[in-house]
Amino acid sequence: MINFLKYKYLYLMISVAVIAVGLSFVFRFGIPLSIDFVGGSKISYSVNSKVVNLRTEALSEEQEKEMRANIDKESSGEAEILLFETVGPSVGKEAVNKTVIAAILGVLAILIYIGFAFKGFNFALSAIVALIHDMFILVGVYAVLSYYFNAEIDTLFITAALTTMSFSVHDTIVIFDKIREYIREEGRVNIENSANKALTETMVRSLNNSMTIVFMLLALILFGGSTIKFFIIALLIGTITGTYSSPFVATPVLVWLEKRKKK
Amino acid sequence: MKIIKKLLILILVLTVLWIDVPRNTVIFGRTINPPFGFEIKLGLDLKGGSHLAFEADTSKISQDDLQESLEATRDVIERRVNFFGVSEPSVQTLKSGSNYKIIVDLPGITDIQDAINRIGQTAQLTFKEQRTDVNIQQATNEAALIAFKQESVLTGKDVKKAEVSFDTTSGGAQVALNFSQEGAKKFAEITKNNVGKPVGIFLDEFILSAPVVQQEILDGNAVITGNFTTEEAKALAQDINGGALPVSIKLVEQRNIGPSLGAEEISKSIVAGIIGLSAVLIFMFIYYGKMGLISNLALVIYGFLALAIFKVFSVVLTLSGVAGFLLSIGMAVDSNILIFERIKEEIRKKKEMNIAIRLGFGRAIDAIKDANFTTLIVAFILFNPLNWGFLPQFGLVRGFALTLIIGVGTSLFTGVFITKHLINFFYKRAK
Repeated sequence: MINFLKYKYLYLMISVAVIAVGLSFVFRFGIPLSIDFVGGSKISYSVNSKVVNLRTEALSEEQEKEMRANIDKESSGEAEILLFETVGPSVGKEAVNKTVIAAILGVLAILIYIGFAFKGFNFALSAIVALIHDMFILVGVYAVLSYYFNAEIDTLFITAALTTMSFSVHDTIVIFDKIREYIREEGRVNIENSANKALTETMVRSLNNSMTIVFMLLALILFGGSTIKFFIIALLIGTITGTYSSPFVATPVLVWLEKRKKK
Repeated sequence: MKIIKKLLILILVLTVLWIDVPRNTVIFGRTINPPFGFEIKLGLDLKGGSHLAFEADTSKISQDDLQESLEATRDVIERRVNFFGVSEPSVQTLKSGSNYKIIVDLPGITDIQDAINRIGQTAQLTFKEQRTDVNIQQATNEAALIAFKQESVLTGKDVKKAEVSFDTTSGGAQVALNFSQEGAKKFAEITKNNVGKPVGIFLDEFILSAPVVQQEILDGNAVITGNFTTEEAKALAQDINGGALPVSIKLVEQRNIGPSLGAEEISKSIVAGIIGLSAVLIFMFIYYGKMGLISNLALVIYGFLALAIFKVFSVVLTLSGVAGFLLSIGMAVDSNILIFERIKEEIRKKKEMNIAIRLGFGRAIDAIKDANFTTLIVAFILFNPLNWGFLPQFGLVRGFALTLIIGVGTSLFTGVFITKHLINFFYKRAK
């Protein structure tokens, strides 16, 4: 058995540091929102076999044609439209609101399910804390990426966030399942000991499982198409933080909550 | 009993493989096609095409007529869209908050301006004379458009009134046209010049009928016959009278994806998928040895099965859907890893192989059940099966959720059930 929980303050520091850096980027530079949320036009041309990406205010078809004619003239080539999207300003907010409602409903459903399945509110609460931790990490790290690589928040990012949510809980439950087993066998006398034993036994599984997902995602980042690159990167961040948070956030929180209860 | 069970499994495997076969595959010199024309459907972002969202201006319509007017508008747009010859266009009405939207997806159409114009235009009724220089026998709309002259001699503007009437002899529904004074004059001339020849009647460049003129008609009345139901005749008469759409619409969103971008994305995703999957397979083999091979076999079965399900339920694959599917592969492997780690644990406790396998499965199942169930809960909420207005209704999120649901569901079957049988099979043999 490895005493993982001995270093709980180290884990806390790591999490706080990453979140602090991320949030400082969010507040200082913000994360640009895609046209999905604020409206506008996004255009990709292929000119002389080079890809040009543009983002403008909402353009009409005529305006786009005019612009393309100008590009043709300037480049003495022919611009082919790869992608032309225009979103009115009212559309986006609605999409965000709905997705946030869906996410909150999802969290509540998870809370109730875990509460029942593990017969303990503390289990549910700790899983949700880890989930919220992962959301902060995801948004923070993405803000850093967006500052250096111009990633923007679009509907795909929202999808990645939702995936991270479900993955995070998925991963946490595996550890909790093990803790539940030890509690059944030994009672709640020494929760810290049970948790350490559970962590020791599930660590390999957690790493192996994440490894397989990371393989998949890395392959997509390295060899996949360009339109979903940032989406996959967001999923990768989510997978890593989702894996990290289960033993190093959810479990210490659970132990802390259980110990408090006894006092 | 055992023989029946094995037979059933064999039939299942063959059916799945049959469904998975790509079109026109040649095996042993025979061309094989999947049953019922099952095919993988690609979304706009992969196939290329246009996505248009119109907001309906419902301010002038009373609450009672709202649903009906929206449906009527949807039907009119659908008919106009069908004229493009688009394969599988989709026209849907959508309620979000107090707003109503009409979403039009046109796969393969990239001349978006033409599409927008055509959808927004008023219904155009035209009469056209036959061309004398071509002879076309085909009964398609394209053929009809060629067979009749480009310019129209008479249009909907010349119609004073259109109404439903019934054929006195057959009782079939038809649309009676009453021309304006000028229209009547034009119509008299057309009929005079075309006795014994057909005159094409088109709505939005879509041929309705091409009656052969019997004699010159002077009174300015005409009927359009066709195999109309009363409802259809009523709608047509309304179209001609009103011209405009029942509800006025405004374009609020358009997305146009060129076909080359999508094609590139698909081929790159496939390459990436194969590389990623190979890495997973190699990793599992190196780490878990013989059990890893079993898990790999289960994973391959999972791939075939999921593909078959996508085809049968004609799931539309989008980029985010592909991502959801790839993620579910990760979760499929997870079930196996959980089981193997538990079995290893039991073996460490010096249990016999047989018992270790049984105990390991039993222990792992709790975690697998709870973990996958929460994923399913989230996926269901995202998919929004009841189409609630306050939850996401856009294709991107739903496509992702749907492939995730199918992926997780299938992986539970292959990761637990199939793996169990495979392990039993291989380890009992080995003994």
